Amino acid sequence: MSTLPRRLATLIVVAAIVAFLSIKLSAFRDYQIAEVAYEVTAVAGLTVLTGLSGQISLGHGAFMAIGGYATALLLMHLNWPFVAALVIAAAVTAAAGAVVGIAAARLRGPYLAGATLMLGVALPAVAYAYPATFGGDQGLDVTFTVPASLSNSVPPTRWDAWVGTTVALVTMLLLANLCYSRIGRNWRAVRDDDVAASLDGINVAAARIRAFVVSATCAGVAGSLLAIITLNVAPGAFTLALSISLLTAAVIGGLGSLPGALWGSLLIILVPTYATDVATSHGLSSSVGSNIPIAAYGVVLILVMLAFPRGIQGGLRRLVALFGGPPGREREPERKPIATPEHSEKEGSS
Amino acid sequence: MSRPHRFRLTAAVAVATAAAFTLAACSSSGSGSSSGTTSTGGGSSTAPLTASAPGITSTTITIGSHQPLTGPAAPGYDEIAPASTAYFDWVNAHGGVNGRKIVYKYLNDAYDPTTTTSVVRQLVLQDNVYAIFNGLGTPTHLAVVSFLNSEKVPDVFVASGCDCWDNPTQDPETFGWQLDYIREGKILGQYVAQHFKGKKIGFFYQDDEFGMDGVKGLSDEIPASQVVAKESYVDTNVNVAPQVAKLRAAGAQVVISFSIPAFTALLKLTSLKLGYNPQLVVSDVGSDPITLSGLLESFAKQAGATVNGNQLTQGIITDGYLPGLSASDSWYVLFKKIHDQYDAKEPLDGNFFYGMAVAYTFVQAMLKAGRNPTRADLVNAINGGLPQGPMEAPFAFSASDHDGVTGAYIGTIQNGVIVQQGPVLTTDATATGAVTTYSGTEQQAPASGIPSP
Amino acid sequence: MVEFLQFTLSGAVFGMVYAAIALSLVLIWRGTRLLNYAQGGMAMFTTYVAIEVIYKTGSYWAGFVIALAAGIVLGAICERGVVRLTTGRPPLNAVIVTIGLLILLEGLAGIFYGGQYRSFPPAFSIIGLRVGHTPIGVSRFDVFVAAAVLVTTLAFAAAFRYTAAGLRLRATAFNPTIARLSGIRVARVLTVGWALAGLLGALAGVLVSPSTFLYPSSMDTIFVYGFTAAVIGGLESPVGSVVGGLLLGIVLSYVGGYLGSQGPDLTALVALGILVVVLMIRPDGLFAGARLRRV
Repeated sequence: MSTLPRRLATLIVVAAIVAFLSIKLSAFRDYQIAEVAYEVTAVAGLTVLTGLSGQISLGHGAFMAIGGYATALLLMHLNWPFVAALVIAAAVTAAAGAVVGIAAARLRGPYLAGATLMLGVALPAVAYAYPATFGGDQGLDVTFTVPASLSNSVPPTRWDAWVGTTVALVTMLLLANLCYSRIGRNWRAVRDDDVAASLDGINVAAARIRAFVVSATCAGVAGSLLAIITLNVAPGAFTLALSISLLTAAVIGGLGSLPGALWGSLLIILVPTYATDVATSHGLSSSVGSNIPIAAYGVVLILVMLAFPRGIQGGLRRLVALFGGPPGREREPERKPIATPEHSEKEGSS
Repeated sequence: MSRPHRFRLTAAVAVATAAAFTLAACSSSGSGSSSGTTSTGGGSSTAPLTASAPGITSTTITIGSHQPLTGPAAPGYDEIAPASTAYFDWVNAHGGVNGRKIVYKYLNDAYDPTTTTSVVRQLVLQDNVYAIFNGLGTPTHLAVVSFLNSEKVPDVFVASGCDCWDNPTQDPETFGWQLDYIREGKILGQYVAQHFKGKKIGFFYQDDEFGMDGVKGLSDEIPASQVVAKESYVDTNVNVAPQVAKLRAAGAQVVISFSIPAFTALLKLTSLKLGYNPQLVVSDVGSDPITLSGLLESFAKQAGATVNGNQLTQGIITDGYLPGLSASDSWYVLFKKIHDQYDAKEPLDGNFFYGMAVAYTFVQAMLKAGRNPTRADLVNAINGGLPQGPMEAPFAFSASDHDGVTGAYIGTIQNGVIVQQGPVLTTDATATGAVTTYSGTEQQAPASGIPSP
Repeated sequence: MVEFLQFTLSGAVFGMVYAAIALSLVLIWRGTRLLNYAQGGMAMFTTYVAIEVIYKTGSYWAGFVIALAAGIVLGAICERGVVRLTTGRPPLNAVIVTIGLLILLEGLAGIFYGGQYRSFPPAFSIIGLRVGHTPIGVSRFDVFVAAAVLVTTLAFAAAFRYTAAGLRLRATAFNPTIARLSGIRVARVLTVGWALAGLLGALAGVLVSPSTFLYPSSMDTIFVYGFTAAVIGGLESPVGSVVGGLLLGIVLSYVGGYLGSQGPDLTALVALGILVVVLMIRPDGLFAGARLRRV
């Protein structure tokens, strides 16, 4: 029972640090803090889905799109306040997550990957098919301003950073509580051995669907934040590359770990801009100069993944242990990898 | 037993991250807002150069842009910004703008509006650019228009033919430049209606605002009874055989195509496969002969042609608002000289020409804005109208109209070059505005390559 | 009626390209139990090698053969150099590593070859074949594409089932430890598996690039549909790849042809729909082996 105050304390410390940074740093860095905030929200949900409940999703960008478009429509057409729009967007995305979770409940490994991959590609295409509602190629504009009482003292990007960070931290707190509750333990049980879990009385399908709903909701909330921070939702913002980058951030940060979601998000947001700065400052020809950051990013992904097989969070734990500190959380028992055959899978047709 | 340690670990790393951020911040420039000095407008030509606005120092003018340098939208469009840079290099080497050198910082957004919002905020909030120049793409630029206007950053000569940049009341900082797609549709449509009376017409268009605006313009001029098929494509699906089959089945003798070059080429190739040979009329966006020949040249041998890819583009009707790429044109001579000196590796094709021409217009605007211009001075300069420069028709720029060039000529591709047919035609972007002949003449390129102030 | 034939045949040709990618994914899956997200990128890179050879030598077939050889080499290098280092780790690590490989390959292609669209020649005529006077929507080159993929599929299916090498590949995937105990050189088998997948990807690349033009991200969408075809057909079955590919290509062609102006936008949604329907009935794809009861 003493974990909740401890988590709240961590939350308050982080919030204080972010508030301090948002005032000290430039307006553009505030914007980057806001970007990290919505990225973390989505990645945290995905890392729970893939790391704790063992279901891979290559299409989480679709849920962000649902949350983003729902928020944009509610804010712009119905003039709802942001908090109300956020709650409804989360609810809509949760429902979508339930639908997908039910469809996906029987799928394993690469089959689930393939289905979610196509989901990530297909869902944003709905915006093209119904341009009257969703604005087609151009998308929808979103207006989101600092409240009048603060507009003199707080610039828009700092307000974005605060709103984003608050929502992200609340989401992380709820996720943390969930992960260490019975629901979270059930997820781990189902991930590690679904037959044993079922024998133990756990409803495997319900647990898996629940995981999808929770992670989709997080992605929907992230999409909602994206809408008010970038002030625009368009299909071009929710590409397959977004979904892939979410998964990449989750794995590189440390699968199943909430702090890992933060490290992964920082990496995928900061490395490309840093690499671009370095490349452009050397005056290379355009096609070479613009592709070097891309190649460098690929190399960084490979190297980090090879150097930190348990993600950055795992690497940090090892580092702490190396310096004589306690090893931290007990090592998770060796998880059954997600994509291996069942132990009695048949070798039927070739 | 393990919890307190994890808590300490997380907190420790959080503090370390904060320290890293703060260290990074110390090395980045401070935040800026548009707090320029009061306008000094023109001033005498010997007045000292001051830092009259964000992005302007006594020696430099820094402008920014967002461009698709990688990703599926990059091929072709990634030539534009280097071409503009080449022109700016030329100007810088010949005295600059009122003695200041232009620094052009363009960042890659990979045609993703989320990345566009990020890089434009970086350019405005961190790099303090004077203006955003030639931001490329409709969905991408739409994502940043309200930000730029609320920050009062000039947003000049957007690289897109959407007519949404013409909104002076809401977006006073934003200006178009190229021929918008509705006007283009009307000009092409009128030509087709006049020269192909009674023939069956089919449309082939990209399923976004580029294609749909084009079709809107075409429909204003072509009688609906002549249009037998309207087929759209999405640029992520290269199998256009169903659309071409339907055009063929409807019997369309003329196909008007609002397509990017890759899909113009696919239209041609698929038509060959289906034994279908309509008269092709292609938007300027997708008709650059050098690009098309490059795409089609591998097929020439297998498509029955005995020479080169030019055979496959022969006779395509298109329009153009920039001078043709022929050695007899003064602008071509000038731009080729600059190209060979500053960016010889890139092909000198329609995209390259575009990049140089829009840079020329920008220099015209900067010279008009005065010796120590504020941001407002640039906007006012464009609102006062700009000379044609390399454009074939006049600009529409005024305080109430932020559209770019107003017309184009019709041409046909002969032996890999667009040959002008008839006069330059101008029109407006309304459904009923007539398409009229432009009686003015093309301006000659200045000998120095720099516009006169 | 003619239209129907044209839609069907043109869709089938694209379907064969999806099948080629699907085949390479199946090969890697059956051999190594990994998802190779870089498959499309590898195909793109080897096709660039081919086009450079074709420009320099003027011979299409020289480029073709060199592309296939480059595919073998690239596959082997990727496995040996990078993917090998993820064995024993959580399998998602390998997926992320292949994603990193894909990004790296696209960046390198942009650096070495530039971002412009490149025109890639077809092996044979692209003029449509006709029945009587009516063009049926396929050309000699299309027939070559279909034949090449079919022959390759049958060769692989036969190799898996009937040859000792195929058996070694399957055994290694099934249980590397026991395979090792049986005397199989597991490391070498894995490299061979990836090399062959690289070959298949290279083949897919030269077959499809005339239609997509060649640029660093040209294979991205093809890869997505190829992956979908593999999942529909079942990742255990080479024949499933072809069936999945054909199904996908033909149905999507009908969508583009018959669903009016919204057709092209709905292609991805229809593909998703097909995928969902197939997986609901058979969660391991159409040609999955016998399944044990899952909870």
